[in-house]
Amino acid sequence: MAIFLNKDSKVIVQGMTGSTGMKHTKLMLADGTNIVGGVNPRKAGTSVDVDGTEIPVFGTVAEAIEKTGANVSVLFVPPAFSKAAVVEAIDAEIPLAVVITEGIAVHDSAAFWAYAKAKGNKTRIIGPNCPGLITPGQSNAGIIPGDITKPGRIGLVSKSGTLTYQMMYELRDIGFSSAVGIGGDPVIGTTHIDALAAFEADPDTDLIVMIGEIGGDAEERAADFIAKNVTKPVVGYVAGFTAPEGKTMGHAGAIVSGSSGTAAAKKEALEAAGVKVGKTPTETAKLARAILAG
Amino acid sequence: MDLFEYQARDLFAKHGVPVLAGEVIDTPEAAREATERLGGKSVVKAQVKVGGRGKAGGVKLAATADEAVARATDILGMDIKGHTVHKVMIAELSPEIEAEYYVSYLLDRTNRTFLAMASVQGGMDIEEVAEKTPEALAKVPVNAVEGVNIEKAREIVALAKFPAEVAEGVAEAMVTLWETFVAEDALLVEVNPLVKTKDGRILALDGKVSLDENADFRQPGHEALEDKDAANPLEAAAKEKNLNYVKLDGEVGIIGNGAGLVMSTLDVVAYAGENHGGVKPANFLDIGGGASAAVMANGLEIILGDPDVKSVFVNVFGGITACDEVANGIVQALQLLADKGEEVTKPLVVRLDGNNAELGRKILSDANHPLVQRVDTMDGAADKAAELAAAK
Repeated sequence: MAIFLNKDSKVIVQGMTGSTGMKHTKLMLADGTNIVGGVNPRKAGTSVDVDGTEIPVFGTVAEAIEKTGANVSVLFVPPAFSKAAVVEAIDAEIPLAVVITEGIAVHDSAAFWAYAKAKGNKTRIIGPNCPGLITPGQSNAGIIPGDITKPGRIGLVSKSGTLTYQMMYELRDIGFSSAVGIGGDPVIGTTHIDALAAFEADPDTDLIVMIGEIGGDAEERAADFIAKNVTKPVVGYVAGFTAPEGKTMGHAGAIVSGSSGTAAAKKEALEAAGVKVGKTPTETAKLARAILAG
Repeated sequence: MDLFEYQARDLFAKHGVPVLAGEVIDTPEAAREATERLGGKSVVKAQVKVGGRGKAGGVKLAATADEAVARATDILGMDIKGHTVHKVMIAELSPEIEAEYYVSYLLDRTNRTFLAMASVQGGMDIEEVAEKTPEALAKVPVNAVEGVNIEKAREIVALAKFPAEVAEGVAEAMVTLWETFVAEDALLVEVNPLVKTKDGRILALDGKVSLDENADFRQPGHEALEDKDAANPLEAAAKEKNLNYVKLDGEVGIIGNGAGLVMSTLDVVAYAGENHGGVKPANFLDIGGGASAAVMANGLEIILGDPDVKSVFVNVFGGITACDEVANGIVQALQLLADKGEEVTKPLVVRLDGNNAELGRKILSDANHPLVQRVDTMDGAADKAAELAAAK
């Protein structure tokens, strides 16, 4: 089962022919992802040999869907062109668009989110500024290394790429149903809550690990959602206890403003909802391990 | 990036938000000519990126050009809540004020949309208004695609219960303020106070603007707005090299890959420091995904150049980043510094996991540098780095 992505997913890559797009297309293929095409209007009608696999390039997302039945798009499009690319994916009504690109202007991401909403949210957007998602052993849509861990029964949702990898590594012997990096930007498509709801409904997930960080109130709202709607055990981790106020810590969305968005407030909210919160990634992994061991 | 008041004023003027004349100066003598250009009277306003400057004595009236020079002399160099005043704005005297209002646009992260805020209770701290009299602050969602036209602005003004005689003027100002917000790729535009003068004008007397640095690619004018004097020299050097660096006040230098992992590393070091004399992280430095040996070397050079740093913790989980590149970067950086004749005396603790970790660890072992030690878990390495910093 897993969430959002499985062995039947047919994936296209917007921005495949760029250097980053090509590098990760190769890696995704190596992980068994069914990549059915790339999109580049200037190279439409050609095909690219990716380590022995011939991948056709289409002029538009709509054409790629029509010809291949694609239902996932992964975007490696530079920030200046990302808004147009996401809008194109929304117009083509692709069910899932995974926006890897970092550095998209907030006015652009707010605009494509508003656009997706106006179009009835037929396209689930993950990201931007995210590592994508992986269902180990089935499919990989993004840049999460496929060889950290194996299929298993933990679901992971995280704002951070490297903390996703760290947590997958800590729990590599148990394995993951799906791991979703939702991104560290102030405006993102899929939220912690969306992923929590999907993992709650997924029969292949027994426990959920949720990783948050300073900035905004997504973790507080997720805590509220967990208290009301999640029956599976949830283990949490929040990064940024030592972050000073008013400084952006790498991710555009990671900023403590006045007294809001602090790691302490997020940890407190999660604990109040019954979530066990680790002090470090390693301790968080231990908490998950203890729960699964019963 | 937060702007100074005078920069906000300039952007408002550019997009048609009604403002008074004003110019920025950085020497007392320049206040004379600036005041003369305004007809011999002015307001001397400290330019600091912190609220409450009026109460701190940072805003003074000057009835003559001589007086403006005297007030500028008082204010330049003044300390306001830890911010030294390097610039003052010489502004046109406002006509008599009848009422003070508040208007702003900002990003509403929770609802993934923009928000207009407006209140007839302006001139004071808006967070205080929101807390004490929430009913006096209208919050109206603004769709990022639809934006704010005059009809939408009238709706906002009506919801905030502006008096009829100023409603249209305020609505017009709100349309131009929205244009500023969009055209400048701002995260916040705030006017406080927006005033109604006795002669019936609506004027933006003070404002705050925060710009989205992710939009710099289409905002060529924004680079000039950066306050390069105020930047910490290490932060400026890091920016020069395109490194994501924030200076903190501890002793353990930190380098890692990925914002989340580096934030987590700071926390883990701070916890470890509790057992080692309370040492803390000295900085945030994210070398990003897929960093090359050269990027690693640049980062290490910045950190080793920080006199506060007593030990360094390099924490890398190789996802896209290859650990052998990181290891090579460390070796190269130490060689580079040695070649420059700079003696490195600070110990480095390195933890490498993930992509090519074995290869990276071997490179470090083979290099056998006396200052570099490997610890292969994150918590263990943080503890070692804290211990070494405390021992110095």
